[in-house]
Amino acid sequence: MSQRTHELVRLVQLDRGDRVLGSEAIWLCLGCETCTSRCPNGFDPAALIDALRELTLRDKPHEIPRRIGAFHAAFIDQIRSHGRVFEFGLIASFKLRSGALFDDVASVPGMLRRGKLALTPRHITGIDDVRRIFAVCESAEEDQ
Amino acid sequence: MKIGYFPGCSLHATAREFDESLKAVAGKLEVELDEVHDWACCGASSAHATNHLLSVSLPARTLALAAEQGLEQVLAPCAACYSRLAVARHSLSEDGALRQRVAKVLERPLDTLVPVVSILSWLKALAPEIERKRTVPLGELKVACYYGCLLVRPPEIAQGDDPEMPTSMEAIVQAAGAKSVSWRMGLECCGGGFSVARPPSVVRLGRAILGDAKAAGAQALVVGCPMCHSNLDFRQRAMAQRGEPDIDIPIIFLTELVGLALGISVRELGLHRHFVNPRAVLDLALTPKSLPEKREQV
Repeated sequence: MSQRTHELVRLVQLDRGDRVLGSEAIWLCLGCETCTSRCPNGFDPAALIDALRELTLRDKPHEIPRRIGAFHAAFIDQIRSHGRVFEFGLIASFKLRSGALFDDVASVPGMLRRGKLALTPRHITGIDDVRRIFAVCESAEEDQ
Repeated sequence: MKIGYFPGCSLHATAREFDESLKAVAGKLEVELDEVHDWACCGASSAHATNHLLSVSLPARTLALAAEQGLEQVLAPCAACYSRLAVARHSLSEDGALRQRVAKVLERPLDTLVPVVSILSWLKALAPEIERKRTVPLGELKVACYYGCLLVRPPEIAQGDDPEMPTSMEAIVQAAGAKSVSWRMGLECCGGGFSVARPPSVVRLGRAILGDAKAAGAQALVVGCPMCHSNLDFRQRAMAQRGEPDIDIPIIFLTELVGLALGISVRELGLHRHFVNPRAVLDLALTPKSLPEKREQV
């Protein structure tokens, strides 16, 4: 990470949005919660980093690293489309968005043989409910 | 005994052996699993990184459905689902304004917040029962307990375990009759959410974790997270350094280990679905007499 967690926190305290919102570091955080668990001041850097990602997505979407942005977009799209994530659809959508067409292609037969890939997605019954929740949450986002 | 059940998306696909072994173990322990009707994805790796309100609302919908169904608690075996559900529940119970806002988003009441139970606290509570009912001695099997990130962090969701030095998984392994080794990387992150977006990072992290487990004398790694399992099992072949043999350490779900001790067959537990074949280790660990399906092809 080009900036460490404590550096990100300090830059936010100094109101240096310009230094953190376009930063690759906020996208490399895996959300392992170690910093949040250990902070002696009871601060929650993992939540701060999530908030910085959300602001970047709103204000500087083109500055998100391509593959990581593609993964999140594909993941969210699966939930919006089906109510659940179908891993096969997730991978296909990630490939189209990221251009990483050949990653892991060789593993598809092994996954199928082990019964680990469902090929056809099914919607949950309450899919309209889930899509309405998406619409409300996404418009709330724009209002902020 | 009855408990609500939230399988989550992975347990219907890449981690279906977690679902299969959990159901088999629940059957043996006479626990009835009552699945939350029409549950949706918890939002997992991506909702919290892109939209905070959504990351609380998706799990909150599941909690509201569980309350409507009259469930008193919900078991979420996947570490990531557990984390999202438990963190959302914690935020909703601490922040009245957020709770009102999310109830409006959902158009459902959030008066009751059904408690969420992790695979660790569920099995730990059942440990005396597991010890009483176990039929297959696993005394020769040495495992490394791998907690990863989300089962015991942040502390608010650790359910009584110590986030820096948890012991519940070791207690479950002991109840199942196996031995756990002392090692250093049981709480390190395997790279979970980056398995698709950045495979090389995940391979590097996994190699360090598995190397430490092997150096500590572990014959297998025990996990409670589908992402950890997929990273460490499916990507293990890619972790071998050029010119060196495969790492070859099986990654076993906690429910699979408990199921073996309870005498459930390898196939019913889904152990044949792994990429790293656990057969050799299980043959070593289990006494021949205790393994009725020894000749079965995995």
